[in-house]
Amino acid sequence: MDLFEYQARDLFAAHGVPVLDAIVASTPEEAGAAAEKIGGAVVVVKAQVKTGGRGKAGGVKLARSPQEAADHAANMLGMVINGHTVRQVMVTQGADIAEEYYFGVLLDRSNRTFLAMASREGGMEIEQLAVERPEALARIPVDALDGIDAAKAAEIVTAARFPEDVAEGVSAVISQLWDVFVAEDATLVEVNPLVKTGDGAILALDGKVTLDDNASFRHAGHAELVDHSATDPLEILARERHLNYVKLDGTVGIIGNGAGLVMSTLDVVAYAGEQFGGVHPANFLDIGGGASAEVMANGLAIILSDPQVKSVFVNVFGGITACDAVANGIVQAFALLAERGEEITHPLVVRLDGNNAELGRQILRDAALPLLEQADTMDGAARRAAELAAREA
Amino acid sequence: MAIFLTENSRVLVQGMTGSEGMKHTERMLRSGTKIVGGVNPRKAGTTVGFDGIEVPVFGSVSSAVDATGADVSVVFVPARFTKDAVYEAIDAKMPLVVVITEGVAVHDSASWFQFAQNAGTTRIIGPNCPGLISPGKSNVGIIPADIAGAGPIGLVSKSGTLTYQMMYELRDIGFSSGVGIGGDPVIGTTHIDALAAFEADPETKAVVMIGEIGGDAEERAAAYIKEHVTKPVVGYVAGFTAPEGKTMGHAGAIVSGSAGTAQAKKEALEAAGVRVGRTPSETAQLMREVIQGL
Repeated sequence: MDLFEYQARDLFAAHGVPVLDAIVASTPEEAGAAAEKIGGAVVVVKAQVKTGGRGKAGGVKLARSPQEAADHAANMLGMVINGHTVRQVMVTQGADIAEEYYFGVLLDRSNRTFLAMASREGGMEIEQLAVERPEALARIPVDALDGIDAAKAAEIVTAARFPEDVAEGVSAVISQLWDVFVAEDATLVEVNPLVKTGDGAILALDGKVTLDDNASFRHAGHAELVDHSATDPLEILARERHLNYVKLDGTVGIIGNGAGLVMSTLDVVAYAGEQFGGVHPANFLDIGGGASAEVMANGLAIILSDPQVKSVFVNVFGGITACDAVANGIVQAFALLAERGEEITHPLVVRLDGNNAELGRQILRDAALPLLEQADTMDGAARRAAELAAREA
Repeated sequence: MAIFLTENSRVLVQGMTGSEGMKHTERMLRSGTKIVGGVNPRKAGTTVGFDGIEVPVFGSVSSAVDATGADVSVVFVPARFTKDAVYEAIDAKMPLVVVITEGVAVHDSASWFQFAQNAGTTRIIGPNCPGLISPGKSNVGIIPADIAGAGPIGLVSKSGTLTYQMMYELRDIGFSSGVGIGGDPVIGTTHIDALAAFEADPETKAVVMIGEIGGDAEERAAAYIKEHVTKPVVGYVAGFTAPEGKTMGHAGAIVSGSAGTAQAKKEALEAAGVRVGRTPSETAQLMREVIQGL
């Protein structure tokens, strides 16, 4: 889960990282009141979006009065930056910036450890710096067991050639940011810019944090950080029903078991769809092992409530899951949906293979469900589902 | 021969007395795996019966190793307790630890991976993986034993169900070993580790590797194949249609910016001489041609 800047700022503050006072606002009036409360000659109004490039898009503005802050907020709220709608702004103190640096610590998948990155040239997009002037970005592996202690922080500061006068201050903040990284189970903690103020203090002026969803069992508070506003309504509904669903923009609804097989099913449908004028999958939905009638019914209901869906492909390989159980699940799901008044209105193509596949196929043949047909292979089923979707479109 | 797992492997089940552990211990026993014990401190000294086979329960991994000579441990404990279980197995110098549990925090897997590296005595497979099978010899984890028998193909995959699908497609040819390495961001055994072992295994004549979006493991494997693998390799990559920034089921299956795309992985593999199929069936067909040409 990626956090908003203000959420990252709050986590930083909780772990002692020096940050500026800030207040989040969702209306121009709130932004004006926040500017009033924060005071000072200048405040900064910053659009809260989980994407880069917001400065260029007009999402960061100085304000010299509460009215000006409110005006900026009015302009920003509703603005779309790289596909992300601004729903909140953060009003913060103006900072007297003398120098801008960069620091980040992240999971390094390739080396299966953590990686610290630091540069005395902060402020710009770090991806751009990494490409254009890689020598200006120090990369220091961090041992997952040793972490960043005082000596490691000093090593990072030296490697990035931070100025002598800030070495101690930056080291201290790096240690605090490592605390955030570990204590919050983050996979990314990034500060850009990390600034030196006119009076020599070090401040984290902007923060990006990604938290590990798998670690939520030891962070009760992380649930409150989830942003529901940006999520597709069908994805929210699916989450409530404990379904692993991702909305896409095609016309073939997909249900399968196992993340890899479902990902592969999407590809195979898109591949087959090339023959039918570019038919694409409508979603990712992994029903996992089991595939009870209820899970199947919930999955079908979610997929069929997507108005773009024209056909559905149920692709199951019975490993531990027995195909006869899946077939019974499908038959009962039809009945359940009929009871709920959610009639199945689009054709379904079902492919069952593996454990008890022939039993499962027989159950579906015997049930003679309207709109349901079977296919022998995954590729054949994908072709048929794409063809049906193209025909209905 | 086979890789990582042979008919002599003596398997300990951590979390055997839980519901998943019980179910899969029974299945592993049925497929001929030598299960020598389970671990549960609260039930130490008791035994659990599976179809007439009494499996002893030990209080710790080290006492189980002392009593049974176990050289493989398979971990079914819930995600929040997995780190302790894996540390315990590494402390006991268990040569192979297979972590089936899904939903493990990445700080946990990163720390046990480092801990195992430091110890130098343990290979970890997983987490979030189906385990591995050497058909006809031993089966550790949750891969169904009856999909395919023994044969000349080595298989390494990030995905469980695609492993099953591929074994099913090539069941008439058979496998030396099938290794599910898992779809998490930090895993103990990579494509490269499995490729190296298959290259050294005389029973394996060709390798099918299944990758998916996220990270750069497939690209690294491609570079490794080019340098070190003489046996033919056929590949499949899932996730061409996955949008950027969305996790597709597996914690590690996510395209971030231009990194981790299926297209880049396919191109890297093809540049290394690996034939890559567009669908699992097409990939199986490529492997069939490879085997016929041997």
